[in-house]
Amino acid sequence: MIAELGLAALWLAAALAALQLVTGALAVRQDAGTGEAAIADLTRPATVVQGILAALSFAALLYVFAVTDLSVKLVADNSHSLKPMIFKLSGAWGNHEGSMLLWVTVLAASGALIALVERRLPERTMQAVLASQGFVALGFYAFLLLSSNPFERLPIPVEEGAGLNPLLQDIGLAFHPPTLYLGYVGLSVAFSFAVGALVTRQVTPDFARAMRPWVLGAWVFLTLGITAGSYWAYYELGWGGWWFWDPVENASLMPWLAATALLHSASVLAARDALRAWTIMLGVVAFSMSMLGTFLVRSGILTSVHAFAVDPERGTFILFLLAIYIGGALLLFALRAGAVSEGARFAVASREGALVVNNVLLSAILAVVLLGTLYPLLTEAFDVRVSVGPPYFNPVGAIFALPMVAVMAVGPLLRWRKDGFGRIRKELALLAALLLAVLILVSLLGDVALLPLLGLALAAVLAVGSVMPLKGRNLRRVPIATWGMVLGHLGLAVALFGMASESAFTKERLAALAPGEATTVGPWTVELEQVAPAAGANWTAMEAQLSARQEGGEPVSLNPQHRTFWAPPQQTAESVLETRWNGQLYAVIGNQAGAGADGPARWQVRLWWKPFVTWIWYGGVLIAIGGALALIGHVLHDLRRRFVRRKAAARRREVAA
Amino acid sequence: MRSRLLPIVLALVAAGPLAAQQSLPPAPFANRQLDDAAQEAQAQDLMETLRCLTCQSQSIADSDAPMAGDMRHQVRIRIAAGETPEEIRSWLVERYGDYVSYRPEVGATTWPLFAVPVLILIAALAIFRRRFARQG
Repeated sequence: MIAELGLAALWLAAALAALQLVTGALAVRQDAGTGEAAIADLTRPATVVQGILAALSFAALLYVFAVTDLSVKLVADNSHSLKPMIFKLSGAWGNHEGSMLLWVTVLAASGALIALVERRLPERTMQAVLASQGFVALGFYAFLLLSSNPFERLPIPVEEGAGLNPLLQDIGLAFHPPTLYLGYVGLSVAFSFAVGALVTRQVTPDFARAMRPWVLGAWVFLTLGITAGSYWAYYELGWGGWWFWDPVENASLMPWLAATALLHSASVLAARDALRAWTIMLGVVAFSMSMLGTFLVRSGILTSVHAFAVDPERGTFILFLLAIYIGGALLLFALRAGAVSEGARFAVASREGALVVNNVLLSAILAVVLLGTLYPLLTEAFDVRVSVGPPYFNPVGAIFALPMVAVMAVGPLLRWRKDGFGRIRKELALLAALLLAVLILVSLLGDVALLPLLGLALAAVLAVGSVMPLKGRNLRRVPIATWGMVLGHLGLAVALFGMASESAFTKERLAALAPGEATTVGPWTVELEQVAPAAGANWTAMEAQLSARQEGGEPVSLNPQHRTFWAPPQQTAESVLETRWNGQLYAVIGNQAGAGADGPARWQVRLWWKPFVTWIWYGGVLIAIGGALALIGHVLHDLRRRFVRRKAAARRREVAA
Repeated sequence: MRSRLLPIVLALVAAGPLAAQQSLPPAPFANRQLDDAAQEAQAQDLMETLRCLTCQSQSIADSDAPMAGDMRHQVRIRIAAGETPEEIRSWLVERYGDYVSYRPEVGATTWPLFAVPVLILIAALAIFRRRFARQG
């Protein structure tokens, strides 16, 4: 019954998306101001109700997973009555249909949110925005209802479900996809704003100011989602890697790069009324990258840990949607871009000059990642299989990323409009000296490869450069949005430091230990005390008891497990992390490595000491906090301005009366 | 009668583990580091750039798959025997094709991977020239 209600809600939501598209489009055609606003009045309520219905449908899916309704095909295929409740719920989106429903729910909810609160855009543009949002939603409703119905019933209910991939039975699955989707799909708002502004030719600083908080919101979630996903892969896969340039990871990185560029170009548009066409283009590109990522992951074109669905029919459907939306938006852009003039030009030594450099370099990185991700798929179509991995992405990406970091350190010191490098020559000299000092110091300290070396030096430069705008200012009077910028840039410096340090200084130890034996890794001595069986709700395990101590420190007890799940049958390594401020000890227990001729059994133990690795994710969180502060700052500023304006208007009325 | 059956029974017992490939013990250097730290570092760097052919988007340095273990073993013993990482890479590429190496080489099928970033670089410089040249 609940499943049928969910399906009905989904159909109704699709119908409302169609209504929203029609009324929005009609309202745009009948010029606003002719008084025929009746039909336009329908658009906002339709959008809001669509959001509510999609949310109801998603709630219905959560319910059937919570009670493990085994007459629903999706539950039978992906759940199991013995799973802990949290994994039953998160299992609702750990599969193709459920994750697409989550996708559409976020899309509908963001539409509802703009319909409810966004009042700054001209009403006609708003109608176009909501129509565009409805148009995008309609395609994905069709995809769900026609080829991926999550509520499909089985003719005969099964006795027990097939279970969920053990790698996904982790708290990471509870948070990673929803966060990532809020970011991914939240960018649909930027897309619809861009389309709406193109339709009505209203690309103004006010438009940029209206769009910016929405992009910031999506970007914060995207940042958190990527950070969490990276940490999840790091501890769950059991080999200490935190970024693999896996196509699925790239699929989340590409919208982030585009959204980051969009944020900065929107700032230029808001402050200087320049980069109009470029900002619109990035709005289209950012969500296009989200849809491309959805296509890559959902179509099964990549077979990787993340790709659950292998079904070409679905792939073709999403490809078709991609062609309509991206192709349509780009066509509209091509038709209208001429009418949207580029706006003011500017000097190299100015804030907007640095932002242009940042934008071009971010777009270049995006292009490199896109190329490296799609190229192997392209050649595979011609039966040539090539692999593009870290040895390609790291150096080629760095060609563009490292100069960008250098510009990032300097850019915020420059003023808008026109500035001279002469004015900030003291700061420039300090940063250059710091760069040289770190380069020399690190290369004297040890044998560090070129990229980590440059990474360490630029991280130091960026860290100092990012707090410099605060120098000489009364900290209590610095605007919240400026704090956001400072923290965001500082976060990137912290993350870059973590990445470079992990890559330069990691120590690895693989050992086959019998109980009682010890080994060393970096500053740690680790002893295997014993190996004992352990069991959970749906798994059994061999659990090692390790005792690790740093020289002169207290021993800490670590208990990594080698787990065997039976539904579905699979083995996973449950790593254990011992976190210090300056790094992490990463311990994994593997298989039994055979017994000595006379001694007890030996166990395979993998240990890593990763100096400052945690800074990667601290940096990610800091970047997200920076984004959130910028969002709060802009919204508060806007509210205050509107309050003042309303008060002034009220006073004028009073005076007139 | 009994003595004639025995060799067959023995053969069957011996064939058992062979039939189940998975239960073979991993090759000795699959999970064992080389004693020479410099050699091990070389091997590690190489392993991180080789694809585990039976996994999904993982290098042989981060995979539990038996095949990845065998390949790690091969890499380590060859490094220990004095081969350079590049010799081992080309030996593996010859054996398994370009797919095994995460580091694309400039060639007939991969040149766009290198040409396009160069074009991007030129385009970026051109944009900067256009944007910044005409300033008043």
